[in-house]
Amino acid sequence: MKILYFSWVRDRVGLGNEDVVLPENVTTIEQLVNLLKSQGDGYTHAFSDLSIIRAAVNHEHVKLDHTICENDEVAFFPPVTGG
Amino acid sequence: MIKVQQKDFDYSHEVAALSEGNHGVGAVCAFSGLVRDFAGDKYINTMDLEHYPGMTEKCLAGIEAEAHNRWPLEKTLIIHRYGRLEPGEQIVLVAVSSAHRDAAFDACRFLIDFIKTKAPFWKLECMGGGSKWVTAKGTDTQACDRWLSDYKKG
Repeated sequence: MKILYFSWVRDRVGLGNEDVVLPENVTTIEQLVNLLKSQGDGYTHAFSDLSIIRAAVNHEHVKLDHTICENDEVAFFPPVTGG
Repeated sequence: MIKVQQKDFDYSHEVAALSEGNHGVGAVCAFSGLVRDFAGDKYINTMDLEHYPGMTEKCLAGIEAEAHNRWPLEKTLIIHRYGRLEPGEQIVLVAVSSAHRDAAFDACRFLIDFIKTKAPFWKLECMGGGSKWVTAKGTDTQACDRWLSDYKKG
């Protein structure tokens, strides 16, 4: 699965994108977040407050309980600030 | 029409194109957003605008389509820039043409309100001594929610 990070989520994680092999027991965005948080301090810091984390799957905004699969492109970012 | 670009744009030229050759247009409404030179009590040197290529275009096209669903519009235009910008530079242009002003005003406001809370852009303000990611404002979400509650009623 391809995962992208933007804005301060990327700064904290220390990566713009990465490929992750999805374990069978990870089927939602929230479960993916928990998996990522176990990968190091940067991830733990990035995902410490989920109220300011937004997610997209295949370029669509989704909620944390959204179901994911291996072929999805997932992105994590803060609330948007364009315009 | 959607344009996501690094380069600047000619405001007058872009807005004029919305009614060019169409005498059924009775109203054109446009909003442009500019880089301010301050944030609170800090002076801003530059602003870096990051976005999510692919999702940005898709998201803006969805917002534009929704505006056409809600109002009788002739043309709509969204230009959003990314990259490094300086104070005074144009960031975004939203413009709408319609037969009558109510649709033009409302659709223009709708477009910018939705862009502010849905389109995947992030601003990094660079000031003396460092830089800071802009935090999303609750008032922007409220402005957007107003259209959602209107929609449910409507």
